[in-house]
Amino acid sequence: MIEPGTVANQTASGEIDLTQFYQVFFEEAGENLSSMETLLLAISVDEPAEDDLHAIFRAAHSIKGGAATFGFQDVTELTHELETLLDRVRKRELALSTEMIDVLLEAGDVLKAQLAAHQHGGEAAGDISTLLSHVRRLAGEDSVHGGAPAVPHASTRTLEMTIGPLGDLGIFDNVIELFGEIPDLGKITFLDDVSATCGTTSRRYRVETACPDEELCDLLGFHVSREQVRLVSPPAVAHVADEAVSGLPPLAGRDNGDPGYGLFDELPTKVVAAPSARTEPKVRVDRPAAGADAATLRVSVEKVDQLINLVGELVITQSMLSNKGRDIDSAKHAGMVGGLADLERNTRSLQEAVMSIRMIPMAVVFNRFPRMLRDLAAKLGKEIDLQTSGEATELDKGLIEKITDPLTHLIRNSVDHGIELPAARIAAGKPARGTLSLSAFHRGGSIIIEVRDDGAGLNRNRILAKARERGMAVSDAMADKDVWQLIWAPGFSTAEQVTDVSGRGVGMDVVTKNIAALGGSVELDSAEGLGTRVSVRLPLTLAIMDGMSVAVNGDTFILPLANVVESLQVSPDMLRTVVGEGRVAAIRDEYLPVVCLHEVLKSPTPKGASSSKILVIVEADGARTALMVDQLIGQHQVVVKNLEANYRKVPGVSGATILGDGRVALILDVAQVVAACSSGPRTTRPTHQPVH
Amino acid sequence: MYSILAVDDSASMRQMVAFTLKGAGFDVVQAADGQEGLEQARNKTVNLMLIDQNMPRVDGISLVKALRQMPQYKVTPILMLTTESSDAMKAAGRAAGANGWMVKPFEPSRLLEVIKKLLG
Repeated sequence: MIEPGTVANQTASGEIDLTQFYQVFFEEAGENLSSMETLLLAISVDEPAEDDLHAIFRAAHSIKGGAATFGFQDVTELTHELETLLDRVRKRELALSTEMIDVLLEAGDVLKAQLAAHQHGGEAAGDISTLLSHVRRLAGEDSVHGGAPAVPHASTRTLEMTIGPLGDLGIFDNVIELFGEIPDLGKITFLDDVSATCGTTSRRYRVETACPDEELCDLLGFHVSREQVRLVSPPAVAHVADEAVSGLPPLAGRDNGDPGYGLFDELPTKVVAAPSARTEPKVRVDRPAAGADAATLRVSVEKVDQLINLVGELVITQSMLSNKGRDIDSAKHAGMVGGLADLERNTRSLQEAVMSIRMIPMAVVFNRFPRMLRDLAAKLGKEIDLQTSGEATELDKGLIEKITDPLTHLIRNSVDHGIELPAARIAAGKPARGTLSLSAFHRGGSIIIEVRDDGAGLNRNRILAKARERGMAVSDAMADKDVWQLIWAPGFSTAEQVTDVSGRGVGMDVVTKNIAALGGSVELDSAEGLGTRVSVRLPLTLAIMDGMSVAVNGDTFILPLANVVESLQVSPDMLRTVVGEGRVAAIRDEYLPVVCLHEVLKSPTPKGASSSKILVIVEADGARTALMVDQLIGQHQVVVKNLEANYRKVPGVSGATILGDGRVALILDVAQVVAACSSGPRTTRPTHQPVH
Repeated sequence: MYSILAVDDSASMRQMVAFTLKGAGFDVVQAADGQEGLEQARNKTVNLMLIDQNMPRVDGISLVKALRQMPQYKVTPILMLTTESSDAMKAAGRAAGANGWMVKPFEPSRLLEVIKKLLG
C-alpha cells in the first residue's frame, strides 16, 4: 500500500513536497464533512432541495479531489463511492431515502476517523468493506455497475491493459503483486518482452478477469491513478465510452501513455469557435455571497494567547501609570494627563479587540447536537425536534471547548428522561413530537445557554421521597427551587430513581461541578407535565473578569462581579444570631447567613470596628450570603492570573490579579468561601433572636 | 512574467497549484469560486486560466463561457481541472471554450508541462 508521503516524493521528482499542504487539506476536509453533515440532517427526504443535493455532492467531491491529490487512498476510495451515489441522487436518477442519509452520515464518521488517523498518525478506521458495499448497493452498482449493464459480470474476459507512464518503475511490481494477493482479480501476464520495455515508463499486460472495468481500476487505484490505466478489449469494443455512458470508467479509447490531460485544438492563438458565442453572457449565480472563508486567516491559538497575555501586561502597566498620573498637576502637565487618558481608552479598545479574536460563535457547539439528537431519538424510539437560537452568540474558545460536554450531558438527560415516548405524549394531550430547544444569549456580563424540553418535567414528590431515602434533610415545605437543587447532589441520579429509565453513568453533579469550574452556574426550573429548563450561566471569557474590590483589614480582595448582588452599610439592628445557624442579616424580609471575611481569611479582627462595616450580598450555588467587609474600593476589570500555576492551589481563592498600584490581590471563589462557612443544612424559615 | 488565474473551491488544491506555479516563475492570482474568478479576471488581465469544473456559486463551465464573452479573454488559454474525466464533461468544456482538460489528481510536473504547451 502506498504511504501518503511516497506519492508526493515520487511524483514531484523531489521538487515539491506535498506534505506542506496536508494541514490545509485536513481543515478543508473537516469543514466539508461538517457542512455535509449539517445539510444531510436538515434535508427533506421527500423533497430535497436541488441546491442542497449539489452542495452535498460537492463536499464529497472536494474531499475526494484533495485526498487523491495528497495520496490518502482510503479516503479517496470511500469518497469515490459516496460521490457516485450522490451524483445519481443529485441527477434525480435515484430518490433520496432515510437509509441513504443514515449511510452517508456513517460514512462521514468513518471519513472523520480516517482523516484523523492520517493527521495524527494513528490507526485508520477498521474494515470498511461493509460500508463500501452498502454505499454501492444504494447507488445501484453492486450488481449492475454504474447502471450500465454492458459489462458481463460473471464470465471471464481478456483485456489489454496499459499502465503508465510512471515515474517509479517499482510500481509495476506492485501491480503484479496485487493480482497475486487478490485471486478474484484474475490473471495478469506481460504482453511485451522485457527488453522492449527497457527505457520506457509504460507497460502492457494481458489481463484475464471476471471483474468489471470499474472494479479493476478501483483496485489498481491503490498503486496508480486512474488516468494511468488504460483498458482495451481486443475485439474493438473500445469506443463504447465515447458515447459518455454514465458510470462507465472513462478509460477506453485513449492514447497510449496518457498523461492525464488533453488539449482540444492546435494551440494557442486561435479564437475558439464554439457555441459559446451564442450562449447568454449572463452568469448563473446559485447563491448569494456566502464565501466566508475569503477574508479569514488561520492563526495558531498559542499566538493569540501570547497576544492576550501581552495585552494583559499592558493593561496592568497602563493602570499603574494612571494611578501615578493622579498626582500630576493637570494644569502644569495637560499634555501628560491627556496622554494618559488616551492611553487608557486605547488600551481598553485594544484589549477588547484582542479578546474578540478568541471568541467563537456558539454555532460551533450547537451544530454537533442535531446529529446526536437524531441518533439518540432513534435509539430511544422518540420523536424530537431541535430548535436552536442565538447560534451567533460568541464565547471564548476555551469556554466553548469545555462547555460542550456538560451541554451534551444536559441534552442527553432531556432526551432520555425529559421527553416522553410518542404514545405517552399523546396520552398527556401533547403533540407526539417533543421539542428540545437550545438557546444562547447575553445577559449582563454573562452568556446564558438554555436547554429546554417540553417533556414530563421533574416529579417533586418522587425527588423528595428519594432524598429522604438517602438520608438528606428535606421537608415538604421546601420551595420548588430548592427541591430541584437536590438532583444536583452527587449520586442523585434522576436516571434510575426518578424516571425509572436507565442512566448513563455520570450524575448531574458532574455537570454543575464542571460548569462551576468555568466560573459559571446552573439553574433548573421545571413544571410537571410541561417540561424542564436548565439555564447555564457562563462568564464571557476566563482571562478577564469584572470584579469588585473590597478591603479587609487593609488588604484588597476581588469578588467576581457576577456573584455580587448588592452591597449595603450594616446597621446594628440588621444582625441577629440564629440557633444552629450562626449570624444572619435581615435584609428586606429575608434572612441571609453572614460570613465575616476577617474570619475566613484569618486576619485578626480589630474589635469595635463593626459599625463601619459593609455587607456585600453575593449569590453562589443558587443561595445568597452576606459577606462582611471593611470597605468597598471599586469595580474593575481585572486580568486573571492563575494562582495554581504561579504559586499553589489555595482554598477559597480562584486566582490573583495585579492591581493598579502594582500590588497583588487575590480573587475570591465566592462559592467555596460560602461553602466553607456554612455549618449544616440551611432551612428557609429560621427562627431567630436579636443579638443585641 | 506570465500571470495565471487559478480558480478552485478547494483551498489545499489552490495552494498546491499556486506553489507549483510560483516555483516555476509564474505570477498567480487565486479565486475560490466562479464568481470570484470572474471578478479577479476583470480586475487583472491574466495570460492563462486554470479552472476547476465543480464549484459553488458559479461552476467552471459557466465561468469559461462568461470569460469567453470578455474581449480580453477571447483567445486566452483555459485549462479545465476536473475529477470527472468523462467525455461528456470534456465535450461541455470544449463547447464552453476551454482549450484543454486535466484530470485531478495530477502531478505538479504534469501541470507545468501542459502550461508550457498552452503558452507556446
